[in-house]
Amino acid sequence: MKANVKYNLVWLIMMVAGFYLMNTLILVGVIDSFIENMLVTIGINIILATGLNLIIGFAGQFSLGHAGFMAIGAYATAIVTQTASTPGGFYASIFIGIVISIIAALIVGVPTLRLRGDYLAIATMGASEIIRILINNMKITGGAAGMFNIPQFADWPTVYIMVCVTTIIIVNFIHSRAGRAVKSVREDEIAAEAMGINVTKWKLAAFVLGASTAAVAGSLHASYLQTIAPNDFGIMESISILIIVVLGGVGSITGTFVAAVVLGVLDTVLQNFGALRMVIYAAALILIMIFKPSGLLGTWELSIKKIFSRSKRKERVES
Amino acid sequence: MSKLLQVENLVKNFGGLTAVSNVSLHLDNNELVALIGPNGAGKTTLFNLLTGVIPASSGSIVLSGENGTYPLNGKRAYKIADMGLSRTFQNIRLFKNLSVLDNVLIAMTSKFKEGFIPTIFRFPSYYKTEARLVAEAKKLLAIFELTDDVDVLAKNLPYGTQRRLEIVRALATKPQILFLDEPAAGMNPEETANLTQLILKVQHSFHITILLIEHDMSLVMNLAQCIYVLDHGSLLAQGTPDEIQANPAVIKAYLGEEA
Amino acid sequence: METFFQQIINGLSLGSIYALLALGYTMVYGIIKLINFAHGDIYMLGAFWGYYVINVWHFNFISALLSAMLVGAASGVIIEYFAYRPLRRSPRITALITAIGVSFLLENGMSYLFSSNTRDFPQIIKQVNYHIGGVLISNIQILILVTACVLMVLLQLIIKKTKMGRAMRAVSVDPDAAELVGININWTISFTFALGSALAGAAGVLIGLYYNSIDPLMGMTPGIKAFVAAVLGGIGSVPGASVGGFIIGILETFVQSIGLSAYKDAVVYFVLIVILLILPAGIFGKNTKEKV
Repeated sequence: MKANVKYNLVWLIMMVAGFYLMNTLILVGVIDSFIENMLVTIGINIILATGLNLIIGFAGQFSLGHAGFMAIGAYATAIVTQTASTPGGFYASIFIGIVISIIAALIVGVPTLRLRGDYLAIATMGASEIIRILINNMKITGGAAGMFNIPQFADWPTVYIMVCVTTIIIVNFIHSRAGRAVKSVREDEIAAEAMGINVTKWKLAAFVLGASTAAVAGSLHASYLQTIAPNDFGIMESISILIIVVLGGVGSITGTFVAAVVLGVLDTVLQNFGALRMVIYAAALILIMIFKPSGLLGTWELSIKKIFSRSKRKERVES
Repeated sequence: MSKLLQVENLVKNFGGLTAVSNVSLHLDNNELVALIGPNGAGKTTLFNLLTGVIPASSGSIVLSGENGTYPLNGKRAYKIADMGLSRTFQNIRLFKNLSVLDNVLIAMTSKFKEGFIPTIFRFPSYYKTEARLVAEAKKLLAIFELTDDVDVLAKNLPYGTQRRLEIVRALATKPQILFLDEPAAGMNPEETANLTQLILKVQHSFHITILLIEHDMSLVMNLAQCIYVLDHGSLLAQGTPDEIQANPAVIKAYLGEEA
Repeated sequence: METFFQQIINGLSLGSIYALLALGYTMVYGIIKLINFAHGDIYMLGAFWGYYVINVWHFNFISALLSAMLVGAASGVIIEYFAYRPLRRSPRITALITAIGVSFLLENGMSYLFSSNTRDFPQIIKQVNYHIGGVLISNIQILILVTACVLMVLLQLIIKKTKMGRAMRAVSVDPDAAELVGININWTISFTFALGSALAGAAGVLIGLYYNSIDPLMGMTPGIKAFVAAVLGGIGSVPGASVGGFIIGILETFVQSIGLSAYKDAVVYFVLIVILLILPAGIFGKNTKEKV
């Protein structure tokens, strides 16, 4: 038990240190608003991609509809904070977004999660498109033009904390009884069921948890950028989240972090190339996949526990 | 009425094909029963019906517990597993990319509850439950001499050890009845002899009922107290090993018309 | 009643283009289990090739169509060789991301080289409208429908009657076993890509004629629709892809005709989900249950 406290403390210190490092760098002026913008985008992408990695990498369910749940969060925040323009209203809107996206995930997930592989991918993509088209045709959401002048409550510290919180939730979920159940579903549904695992329930649990973190990311996106439109949440957005997951390594949360940062930086650097930007991006994507087919980190995971026990083993060997 | 599991007139049709027809059988407490029959006789299908992998077309399966009887037909496999029926598979279905320990822990999932919030925010109660789970799993693994392999991925174990782990995993669900589908398949005589000892050990130290499908007659005749013979989906005979060996219908089914 | 038949005609001509595209998806998926995201962009290349040769070299319809099919086939084979072949033993999701990468590359490469402007497709065939029993039908619609049907029949003949078709079917069932009996897998896969991509090239020229405008991103939406059509019909099934294409085409025109064009795609996806829930492997797909 002592050991667990120690590992958790190390993680906490790392998170706080990261916060103060960023804070200092902004005060000193190393991070200007341009870089801050990039970091916030990376943060939001991390929230989205860790949730999707939970669904794809750990539960083994190929979902291509992540953008739909992101849209729900984004519009919940945009609509709520326009009338309740206070920080309290903002946090309430995150909560509302989560609740609606959970309901949507249940409606989508209960029937479709029995589908396999690519069929599930297409069904979830379709469901996400239906969500987008509904938003596109509603009055309250501003139709195809979207919503403007959304009050900005999400600054970089909010996003930073949210990245930490959602990652802690997802990682703790994965490294627990629940995570093991979810992984057994990925490995072999029939064997899992024979071992007393309610396959439907655990698939749904992973799907709903992933969807609700996507809603959080959507809320942050709306509040930080202050402008949203239905087309921000189309198939291409779902695909770009998928790209982060696969590039980092399906089944590696550490990989998702690395890939989100690499792609975020790449994207920012490529801004200088104008029209060639997307060409280079596409070529880079193809090359990385050909030379690193299991993603940048495969299924490798950064673990304080492992580092500690390894250094302990070394000590024992040396003494 | 001390039958632990009572199966009456079980039928399974696949389209026009009757894979299992009117099978009735029963299992007693702490009994070791073998199910034999030629290839394609419907043995595995019967296992799948009993463990809920596929639903029966008709018939009844009733489990007797401490507080009465429970019908199992139409129940989903995980429910049936929860009620104390566990199994292994003919072509080993371990969770290949997970560690030996995880394989066993997964089988214990439904026996140890822990809420979502305590899990996510790592309350002390979470660590306590987890520690108990791991301790119990390790104890079980130790009994089957798998302690050194706890961190090995299941797919990296040698074949015989994988079979052993599958039995351990099934036991981790705390079953009343254990179904073993061809546990000796692909084993040499020495490994089969070891397995025979292992199955006896399981039966006695865990006090459970075992139903096993097996083609290796040395194993069946050494172990089984009662044997059911299945042919073309229906029961051909039942009895003690000696009775079965002397049964002309069984000999005919196995050796053909001439014999 | 007349509007009903009118919508059927419109739906069939749109559907035949989806069907041509869906065939490419389904063939590639059948043989290497890859959702070839770049397929819609081969269709775009076909349209651009048609635009170029008609304007610059004054090709007629037939030669533009045939040369676009050749260009489509060639680009399909090249893409497979460089981008997908190295990944044949990798996780399928990796190949999928590579396919998305190829799609981005083609879309943005074309935008970069030839600008992303929308341009008018040259009308080499003068549109003539016929009124048959109150139903309006243009010669272009007939041409599209006939060309699509001829190509689909040809494809079916190739797959069912030729040695190469037999090899394709064998590889799609079991590549390792096919290799053991002496089938050259690489050739077969290349051939499949060539066939599928040729159909996409043809669809590109036909859509140019039908909608009269093309741009580098034109492959995106029809590509996804065609893939949905392939899934609807049962991915891997050739008749399924044709039927799926026609269903989506007709569905779209009908939804549009009852004034719900804003919900056109939503209805298509809704029908897709409902059909998948009833038939989890699509209309003609084989629902293989795992053996325990």
